Amino acid sequence: MIPGYAVTVAVASLVVAAWSFLLAARNREPQRALLIALAVVEVLVVVQLVIGVVLLIGGGHPGNLVTYLAYLIGALIIIPAGAAWALAERSRSSTVILGVLCLAIPVMVLRLNEIWGGARA
Amino acid sequence: MPESRNTATGPGRILVAVYAIFALAATSRAAVQIATKFHEAPLAYVLSAVAAVIYIIATVALARRGTTSWRVALVCLSVELLGVLTVGTLSVFDSEAFPDATVWSGYGEGYLFIPLVLPVIGLLWLRRTARVSQ
Repeated sequence: MIPGYAVTVAVASLVVAAWSFLLAARNREPQRALLIALAVVEVLVVVQLVIGVVLLIGGGHPGNLVTYLAYLIGALIIIPAGAAWALAERSRSSTVILGVLCLAIPVMVLRLNEIWGGARA
Repeated sequence: MPESRNTATGPGRILVAVYAIFALAATSRAAVQIATKFHEAPLAYVLSAVAAVIYIIATVALARRGTTSWRVALVCLSVELLGVLTVGTLSVFDSEAFPDATVWSGYGEGYLFIPLVLPVIGLLWLRRTARVSQ
């Protein structure tokens, strides 16, 4: 993986997470601006998938190919599925859920990079 | 008028979201372990799969309304708490049987101890939603 890009995805996601929790602390429901920020994080994750696959085709050898692909694809599902669940009943809890989703992304990015670096599981 | 024993509303929805993430994580991990290296540590990987199934059932039960789902969630979360305590203890005292981390190894230390805290919060939430319905 490209370490600089992974850091970008992780930091962007953490910023949106912090923003979500701040809004939730102020009793806010998810607003348009927050949803746009969430969409930006999702786009970054999609680009990460593209980069990940290109590097693989280019001859990269992750520690465990199946796990590597599982993390690349799994990270895509988190935000859309979680946001759909969060917005089905709008309250401050929805805003917290969006924050939780944005915490899950950096964890997956971190694991993805460990596996790309040769970790087996 | 609150519906009877509805766990999927308000803060309960956050719980469902966290459970869903753990269901995804545990299922993927168990699937890879069993598919690629089951012979290395059968006990650990079977427990890994059991954990995954429990997370899936707990997610669905907490996300649904009604008394039946509430009871399923109660059983699931109790088993989950028992599981994380048992596997956590086993992994500390018999580390050879657990060469590779599962979700519940070391009381969930690889997952910031969330697997240990989650069933406790879940059971408290179930108690709260039971009280509301009475």
